[in-house]
Amino acid sequence: MNRIIDDRVAAELVTASLLTIVPDADVGSLGEHTDLRDSLELDSLDFLSFVEQLGRRSGRRIDEDDYDRLRTMHSCVEYLCEHGMSRPQP
Amino acid sequence: MKTTYREAMREAIRDALTTDERVFLMGEDVGRYGGCFGVSLGLLEEFGPERVRDTPLSESAFVGAGIGAAMAGMRPIVEIMTVNFSMLALDQILNNAATLRHMSGGQLGVPLVIRMTTGAGRQLAAQHSHSLEGWYAHIPGLRVLAPATIEDARGMLPSALDDPDPVLIFEHGSLYNMAGELADDAGPVDIDRAAIRRHGRDLTLITYGGTLPTALAAADELAVDGVHAEVIDLRSLRPLDEHTVLESVATTHRAVIVDEGWRSGSLAAEVSARIAEQALYELDAPVRRVCSAEVPMPYAKHLEDAALPQVADIVVAGRAVTG
Amino acid sequence: MAEFRMPSLGADMEQGTVVEWLVKPGDPVRRGDIVAVVDTAKAAVEVECFDTGVVERLLVGEGEVVPVGTPLALIATEPAAAPGEPAPEPMPEPAERVEAEVRVEPAPRRPRPRPVAAVPVTPIIRKLAAEAGIDLSTVHGTGRGGAITRHDLARAVHHAERPAVTPYARRLAAELGVDPAAIEPARAGPVRAADVRAAAPAEPAPPPVASTVASTAASTAATRAAEQRRTTDMRAAIAELMSRANREIPHYHLASTIDLGTAMAWLHAHNRAVPVAERLVPAVLMLKATARAAAEVGELNGHWLDGTFHAASTVDLGVATALRGGGLLVPVLRDAAATPLTELMYRLRDGVARVRAGRPRSSDLVPASITVTNLGDLGVDLVHGVIHPPQVALVGFGAVVERPWAVDGLLGVRPVVTVTLAADHRATDGAIGGRFLHAIEGMLQRPEEL
Repeated sequence: MNRIIDDRVAAELVTASLLTIVPDADVGSLGEHTDLRDSLELDSLDFLSFVEQLGRRSGRRIDEDDYDRLRTMHSCVEYLCEHGMSRPQP
Repeated sequence: MKTTYREAMREAIRDALTTDERVFLMGEDVGRYGGCFGVSLGLLEEFGPERVRDTPLSESAFVGAGIGAAMAGMRPIVEIMTVNFSMLALDQILNNAATLRHMSGGQLGVPLVIRMTTGAGRQLAAQHSHSLEGWYAHIPGLRVLAPATIEDARGMLPSALDDPDPVLIFEHGSLYNMAGELADDAGPVDIDRAAIRRHGRDLTLITYGGTLPTALAAADELAVDGVHAEVIDLRSLRPLDEHTVLESVATTHRAVIVDEGWRSGSLAAEVSARIAEQALYELDAPVRRVCSAEVPMPYAKHLEDAALPQVADIVVAGRAVTG
Repeated sequence: MAEFRMPSLGADMEQGTVVEWLVKPGDPVRRGDIVAVVDTAKAAVEVECFDTGVVERLLVGEGEVVPVGTPLALIATEPAAAPGEPAPEPMPEPAERVEAEVRVEPAPRRPRPRPVAAVPVTPIIRKLAAEAGIDLSTVHGTGRGGAITRHDLARAVHHAERPAVTPYARRLAAELGVDPAAIEPARAGPVRAADVRAAAPAEPAPPPVASTVASTAASTAATRAAEQRRTTDMRAAIAELMSRANREIPHYHLASTIDLGTAMAWLHAHNRAVPVAERLVPAVLMLKATARAAAEVGELNGHWLDGTFHAASTVDLGVATALRGGGLLVPVLRDAAATPLTELMYRLRDGVARVRAGRPRSSDLVPASITVTNLGDLGVDLVHGVIHPPQVALVGFGAVVERPWAVDGLLGVRPVVTVTLAADHRATDGAIGGRFLHAIEGMLQRPEEL
């Protein structure tokens, strides 16, 4: 079942995913439009892990074509809200 | 805007009554008295006796009536004064509300919302202090929610009313006076997922409802010693958002569950089992539970305090798992 | 003096065998103690004695079959504690003895309740427990009345030999290649993750990224100081290595720009078709191509030692990995040329994650036969590397960028990458280096063969 998700939930997902990759990242101090890869020094492997986490948490498969949409916190949230989320039912 | 948990719940009911004519509120003293805990104060005057209905003193009867109304197309909000009295309506809830969709092969649904006050701490003694959310969370066919914040008090009810199947909402008695900020445009919230109320890396504190403030206070105390606890508010007790819990335990490697129910066969036991089943190889210490003492709730204040999970108990458990 | 006689352990029992003596001359015994194991036709039974005193002499040996009633041992009883005992008789006639037995011996009956111990323990169990060094008060008895059986004891011995380790610590130990049984926990209780990490082989000082162990304010300062020290140590190690390289190795440098159009197209198609967990990054294609090229042009895969080049038998590819907060570690992908791409990707992610988290395995840090450094993610176009002695080559990849390119006589835009080779002039000349880079280029034009 696809559920609409709101900004807050999406932001939480992104934060949690980032913290899994960089446990001591100060995600709170990142600006909405700060480039995530640059500011958190994510290389291609880190970014792939981030995409995996985000995909897992939101229940969506994120394709390479969408990588560009995941540049900043703001764009990530926008991307997730647009597509909604399917959660596995218990 | 500044508001209280009680007012937020009232606003949720008012909003539902206003926007959906199928919704009505029913229960003992909800009308003229304004609700045993004051939640429905003023609603009878605003919406009239057809929409806010005082019922006779028979839980089995009025819960049954609510089930019937729901089956017939209404969206009733049945208020059972407290979970203690719901025992008298257990047959209705379990054998009718939870089961009719299944037994009728989908022909019948029971889109009923039952609200109940729960919990101890007001010296109401053995028969009036139960926390039986864990019992209800055992039953397939029910959704069980425990709003612990003002936002959830406002937002869970509309989402529950949208659900085509029965939803039980447990309001801990100690939360009604909780004051705080609520967004002016606050609306429905999701009712599937747990919320991380505080991030931390050293241990995961898992709780729900009335013990959330206690757990947060304990997390503050632990933080003074450099132990940073992640506090998870389960929000939905059935279905359980095990995903959030397991992810957290996979990071912290230690879990303490705080539950006002009695330990044996509690919701805490269920969460423990799921952690053991699915995150065993992440655990660096046994899972701990902080629950009420296994006694009928005492009347004397100092004994009641000793029987309930307190900040100190959670802090002790937190220190024990982090060594 | 009292006689311990072969008891009748069943109405139809006529004789029995002493299978095992549990006491010897000189042992004190009390009424009710089990002193022997007797085999009847049906079962081996532990037999109690009915007297209190000291064993004087054993009269019947193990394995002997004797009739019911035969004296098996003599027990010297204390005069005061032996009311009504028959006077000691040196070996009376069997017939007499039988009569005496009928007179004196009570009929076979259930064991009397012994003096209350918390858990009934038989001497055989006591003996086995003592041998195994088990404290019986810690053993849970599942026998009748809570008695400790031999099975219970066997279980206790099994548990004693396996020290407690938390599940997470056990998993961590397996990952780090540490034996949890050999670790002494820092605190009373099971071996925990922190103990395992402390016991893991210390490699060139990786700075810990995040501490998950509780620390007081004082020890946070201590942890920070330790981190500083480790970073300083690491920098010192890197400085030493780089200085030595520049001092000892006559480097030559070659560069080549490679069209990655085909490779990237293949990669995207592959990634679209497989689950996210099997996705590949461009870096792994470049690593595999390098490894295969190094297998082909073996003169660049090995070590310069004692004035000659020693070729390595496999390509153990070092992947220079920057650590957050500064520093460098080089996890190694063993036999990279023969490893399938998906597995190579998995090992790369794994190895990089481990070294970044400050927990490299010993298997990650084996000597590399050739090293690759990939600074492309930092947007650098071209890398002039410094070889890690005693290797003889270092391959560098810059960023994959879109550049104008001549394709079939027309101007187009292609993704390209600049690969550089820093090589030891003592071991190879430019021609070999050129051949190597050419091989890499060729492999990257046929990604499906990687």
